[in-house]
Amino acid sequence: MKIAVCIKQVPATESKIKPSSDGKEIDRTGLSYVVNPYDEFGVEEALRIKERLESSVTVVTMGTERAEEALRTCLALGADQAIHIKDDLLRGGDAYGVALVLTTALMKEHYDIIFFGKQAVDDDSGAVGIHVAELMGLPHVAVINKLDLKPEEGRALASRQIEGATEMVNIKLPAVFTCQKGLNEPRYASLPGIMKAKQKPLTTLTLADLGVDKDAVGAKGAKLVVDCIKAPRVRSTGNIIDKNPSESVEELVRLLRDEAKVL
Amino acid sequence: MSDKFDVIIVGAGPAGSAAALTLARAGLSVVVFERGAFPGAKNMFGGVLYTPILNKLIPKFWEEAPIERHIVKRRFSLLSSKSEAAFEFRCEDYNEKPPFNQSFSALRARFDPWFSKKAEEAGAMVIPETVVDDLIVKNGRVCGVKARREGGEVLADVVIAADGVNSFLAKKAGLRKDFSRAVLAVAAKEVISLPREVIEDRFSLEGQEGMAMEFFGDSVAGMVGGGFIYTNQETLSVGIACSIKSFIDKKVAPNDLLDRFKAHPSIKRLIKKGETLEYSGHMIPEGGFERVPQVYTDGLLLVGDAAHLVNASFYHEGTNLAMASGLYAAEAIIEAKEKDDFSAQTLKRYQKKLNNSFVMKDLKKYRAVEKWSHENLKFFEEYPGIALEMLKDYFSISEVPKETIQKEAYRKVRTHISPIQAFLELNKFRKTFF
Repeated sequence: MKIAVCIKQVPATESKIKPSSDGKEIDRTGLSYVVNPYDEFGVEEALRIKERLESSVTVVTMGTERAEEALRTCLALGADQAIHIKDDLLRGGDAYGVALVLTTALMKEHYDIIFFGKQAVDDDSGAVGIHVAELMGLPHVAVINKLDLKPEEGRALASRQIEGATEMVNIKLPAVFTCQKGLNEPRYASLPGIMKAKQKPLTTLTLADLGVDKDAVGAKGAKLVVDCIKAPRVRSTGNIIDKNPSESVEELVRLLRDEAKVL
Repeated sequence: MSDKFDVIIVGAGPAGSAAALTLARAGLSVVVFERGAFPGAKNMFGGVLYTPILNKLIPKFWEEAPIERHIVKRRFSLLSSKSEAAFEFRCEDYNEKPPFNQSFSALRARFDPWFSKKAEEAGAMVIPETVVDDLIVKNGRVCGVKARREGGEVLADVVIAADGVNSFLAKKAGLRKDFSRAVLAVAAKEVISLPREVIEDRFSLEGQEGMAMEFFGDSVAGMVGGGFIYTNQETLSVGIACSIKSFIDKKVAPNDLLDRFKAHPSIKRLIKKGETLEYSGHMIPEGGFERVPQVYTDGLLLVGDAAHLVNASFYHEGTNLAMASGLYAAEAIIEAKEKDDFSAQTLKRYQKKLNNSFVMKDLKKYRAVEKWSHENLKFFEEYPGIALEMLKDYFSISEVPKETIQKEAYRKVRTHISPIQAFLELNKFRKTFF
């Protein structure tokens, strides 16, 4: 099996996010980054397949210089090679642009299985994996929590949780899957894994290397333009009525009637 | 990749990175384990980096290192609840050209990753998010470590324990026992953001000039220690550091003491309208010369805080000693490598290098500080208040003739301390600190 896992580097889930001063982006000062947790399920699933069947696992990302760390993390877990698509012209792009670029990179090889996370926890759009399937003309199953491969038939049985039931989809490979929590329990990198990761092949590609029209992607090619990003409204802190019980009740009733106007 | 390294370094702080850089440059294979998510993630200091050793390791470091401001001004002050008396020193010689006075304010979350990256570029392998739990000892000789990961046993000719004030490795190797409460300090610190212009106006600085301020007496409620403010480019490092013993004796929590410090009228106006960006807390090994353990054994060396190398006098010097110890440890290992002998007998060279350097000479000079501090509590609890009260009386303006005022002020002081006692105590203070 040749397996590709598309990953995204996202701000660590415990980060405190605030909008940037121009309100178009998030303020990235002082943020630390991780591999998108849903993508980790894809990496883990690929590695488990590799442990059973002879396979190679390629991790692919599109991102800034810093995104190389995310690829190295996946290499440390056991992926064989990595592709880093990096180009300043990609700035300001939307999910469609990302999908177009990834598709071009993925088309350069034949992959039997392509994994994505079901969504990235930063922008939560959940669109790229499905766009890629469409652009590549491949079938896909989204939000899977179980995958049984039938390599001799060239098919797979993917399970997904739907309202009140489990849906099982029998699908012909090659195919695209987007991964949901529950698919597996991602491993921690072993020490030899981390040490070896530093020597594993990591290819860096630009738009020119891929032959992607620069006007079709990035800010210019975006079909979706972010108007602004706003912080959620700050909830006002509650009132504490600190009197003796009978006075407190009186005060509470007064507040409910006069201020909250619910009585 | 070979299964064995020449050197394993545990901890990517200034000591570990200085050692890694020196060893990697000499062509030795080095792996550095760091428990934090990245080097510096778990590290903290007050805020001023002394750089003579850094400058030796990376000449012209200031052109690229993430440092904040060069210190041109130092200020020491004594607080009571309502008054402040200060001594301030500023010198234009400290402001001429890099490396200025080898003193820079810095933030460790930025500096440490940069310094570690330098070691990595020189060829060291740096592995973060990896805790080292134990040493591998064979025939009484340290020959590797066990990291908390699958396949975590790694071998090397020498291990450098740069794992900080709590150094579990030093304890495992039997080089260190637990420290008493009196020799450890706890610091609590906030990084407070203010616009650059506000910092420059408030502290009367220009451009990249920086200032170090230290506060004693009521700043820390009369506890053994002090408060500090160091200016960064667009933030202030504001904190307190006191001995653990005094936190316990006075039943005060470090964060409460920091809040109290920030609320003092002399401090409040300096941090006004600032936004707290981060909190941190850390232990400092302040026991000085007497507490420095034997720093070598077969196959293991201790550096930095793990070796208790902090000068707790008015210099508050730790990172520079850490880098020096890392450098000397690396030099000793390079010599041992040439002889292919990593026994205690050979590694002892490291101890000699430390002893002959400013590191142990300075610690020796200030060896009495820790003992003095805990035997002279009046200097922290009582005397600052008395001195400030005297100054207040002296400068108070009224119809009473000045001579009467001054006599009365002097008389009040004498009810607390006799002139002979004052002379003796001040002399002891001078001997300890100067």
